[in-house]
Amino acid sequence: MKALLVCEFREGKLLDTTYELAAFADRLGAEKAMVLVGSESAVPAIDGKLYLAEGAKYGEYNPDAHKAVVLEAVKKEDPDCIVFLHSSYGWDLAPRVAAALRAGQVSEITDLRDGKFEVGFCNAKLRRTVVPQSGKMVLTIQSGAFSAAAAQGKAQIEKIDVSAGEKRLEFAGYEPAQKKEVDLASADVIVSAGRGVGKKENVAIIAALAKALGGELGASRPVVDAGWVDHGRQVGTTGQVVSPKLYIACGISGAIQHLAGMKKSEFIIAINKDKDAPIGEVADVLVVADVLQFVPALTARLQK
Amino acid sequence: MKIFVCIKQVPDMASRFKVSKEGLWYDETDLAFRMNEYDEFAVEQAVQIKEQQGSAPDVTVLSIGPERVKEAIKKALAMGCDRGVHVQDNDSFRKDPWQIASIIAAFCRDKNFDLIFTGFQSQDRGSSQVGVLAAELLGIPCATTVVGFSLEGNTVTAKRELEGGVKAIVKTKLPALVTCQLGLNTPRYPTLPNIMKAKKKELLTLPVAELLQTKELTSTGTAYPPAKKGSGIVLEGDVNDLVEKLLSVLKEKTKVVK
Repeated sequence: MKALLVCEFREGKLLDTTYELAAFADRLGAEKAMVLVGSESAVPAIDGKLYLAEGAKYGEYNPDAHKAVVLEAVKKEDPDCIVFLHSSYGWDLAPRVAAALRAGQVSEITDLRDGKFEVGFCNAKLRRTVVPQSGKMVLTIQSGAFSAAAAQGKAQIEKIDVSAGEKRLEFAGYEPAQKKEVDLASADVIVSAGRGVGKKENVAIIAALAKALGGELGASRPVVDAGWVDHGRQVGTTGQVVSPKLYIACGISGAIQHLAGMKKSEFIIAINKDKDAPIGEVADVLVVADVLQFVPALTARLQK
Repeated sequence: MKIFVCIKQVPDMASRFKVSKEGLWYDETDLAFRMNEYDEFAVEQAVQIKEQQGSAPDVTVLSIGPERVKEAIKKALAMGCDRGVHVQDNDSFRKDPWQIASIIAAFCRDKNFDLIFTGFQSQDRGSSQVGVLAAELLGIPCATTVVGFSLEGNTVTAKRELEGGVKAIVKTKLPALVTCQLGLNTPRYPTLPNIMKAKKKELLTLPVAELLQTKELTSTGTAYPPAKKGSGIVLEGDVNDLVEKLLSVLKEKTKVVK
């Protein structure tokens, strides 16, 4: 089995996620080769062949150009599987490569089970194994599902240079993340509001508990998208990644993007009506209750 | 201008899920279905463009699945789409993303849509492949995970959401496909008059066999509930008892409450 790992590179930097791809290949027992649109000055410290296309020629991520580079590496290496991280880069590029190769794609792999790929479905409330029916396979792995391999190898670089072709999508720049209103990463206690709080007015109930515990208010994505809480307080992959001493998730079901932002907290309490909510998988204590009844009662008791 | 929107009907994610008898998917018994959340943003964006351009653009909405998915199509019509297409398929859960994308592409091929909107992913399967695959099959550019969208003349400017809150701004020419991320806009609630009006809109039904010409590239092995992880305590019961129980756990396990 041979795996071609598609490394990510952004604004002059190789992303660490490359080492998660390597860990996955090791779990598969696959021989590793890599492909990178980047720079010789920042290559992964992993043993194996690295097909390197000069980033300067292709610019920041461009789907047509990067697809052409990956397909060239596939042609040279003839791998059994092409592996991406399930990230804004991977979920965008992987299906394009899969379509070109007429290869089956398995998205957001969380584990291996009896030699098959395990993925979650229905908001991770169920799992299933997926079996590709094609010669080559395109795989994306869930961020954080495979602990990063050590950076202790040396890649053998082979430069590739393909025509970037017609770039139908033009990259016009980055918009930086909004300034953080609060640095949640330095808080000892974070009490976060999720969709289960029901409406904007109820956020005050969650904020009162945060205050009673001397902590900060956090929020899940839907609450921020709805405009109930400022983006600066969003916890998760597209917000802040936190690891406080105590994290209380109020009415948060636990989408993977949220879990990735808080699961390293020292102690996690989840308050949710839904006993099966995925947040229960990372919680030390799951309180099965309506947040609007339970949280005010807890706050009142703490203030006594 | 012709706009096309692909939507899926999915179960309410707050439901309790059981594996079906056949062991490949979830059991539909007792589940309430609704429009996939991401697709609501897709419908809203299409309808906003129609409104911005003085109702000139024509918006078609398509959904694949059994009879029940007509409810999701009707909601999209009530939100402002002009006509619905129901691809009748009682076995749509067995189709892999490649087949679903092939069905969509087969429908679109001779229609010359200028702009296609899909959700970034479905809430049940969540492969995030279908939109991109359909664009590749149709040979048109595609921007994924879009949280900002504007159209000027023939040029689309889209903001793609990246990790850590950073966004990439991309531009492309029509025809193009966009996959919509949560937060792109504020999906409207259909009003009663619009729900009534939607009943008179065209809703075409096509058998899936007319559009499907490909075999699956992936299949499901088995489905199962996740293994219960960790040593988490579950507290249930009366609210005041729960408060006392939680406080004693907090005192014992953390230094936050003394």
